[in-house]
Amino acid sequence: MNSSVIIFPGSNCDRDMDVALKKFGFKNKMIWHNDSELPKNDLVVLPGGFSYGDYLRCGSMASKSKIINSVIKFAKSGGLLLGICNGFQILTETELLPGALLRNKYSQFICRNVFIKINESENNYFKNINKNILELHIAHNEGNFFCSTDQMKRINDNNQIAALYCNKDGEVNEKSNPNGAMNNIAGIFNKEKNILGMMPHPERMIDKYLSGDDGSIFFQNLLSNLK
Amino acid sequence: MKVSTIVTLKKDVLDPQGKVVHQALNGMGFNNIKEVRQGKYFEIEIDEKDKKKAEEKAEEMCKKLLANLVIEDYKIIGSQ
Repeated sequence: MNSSVIIFPGSNCDRDMDVALKKFGFKNKMIWHNDSELPKNDLVVLPGGFSYGDYLRCGSMASKSKIINSVIKFAKSGGLLLGICNGFQILTETELLPGALLRNKYSQFICRNVFIKINESENNYFKNINKNILELHIAHNEGNFFCSTDQMKRINDNNQIAALYCNKDGEVNEKSNPNGAMNNIAGIFNKEKNILGMMPHPERMIDKYLSGDDGSIFFQNLLSNLK
Repeated sequence: MKVSTIVTLKKDVLDPQGKVVHQALNGMGFNNIKEVRQGKYFEIEIDEKDKKKAEEKAEEMCKKLLANLVIEDYKIIGSQ
């Protein structure tokens, strides 16, 4: 399976993602933001970080970068496109995903582990996953998912909510919502479910001795769904 | 022509930055503040003599980049 990770100036989870993808068997290439063509891919990843210093708004400059037209073309033709953290923000700024990521409700940069509950598994990312509640890491200042009432209706009607913040027992409540995200939303899909954006970082949880193993479950499952 | 534009969060969108500024002002003794909302201000110098054309161009910039219309409103506040 071939994958590409896009590097923007200010990306800082690009190499972690590269390590994770290679560990689980992807042949990964790193693609510079100023390139115009993507190689042939089964998966494209927009990594976390602070693309272009997050000037203007998080992800807004990256959403106008040279490579993005090829990324949009790839996703519109059904290719799997995953955006983690800043990558999620870029996906909303390109309007490939609905909504926006606002500043965290409690005005703090949050860097800690959270639990998420997989909400929709009829897709290549979560189909057949053997664990419904994952412990992953978050590190963001703008992860507070927001959308209009109309957008939320369409998100619900099309089962686009990918994952919800929850506690370790899987209960979705206000206490388990780290950043004020609407309805505890941690990640969403596009209508066709080939594009996934989420704030938690699976690539930071791929070693049970260093961090945790739930990211490994995510990547192993994704790879086996693509085979 | 220099076009001045402001971008603000929509009324129903939470503004934690504005809230923190509000709290700080309260702490400094400014107690009669009802609300603080924070926004962005842009001065765009365009090589265009016609005011209407320059403002139309600035409006297009707001729609395409300067504002995210899901969460923000923009307003052209003047040009000279």
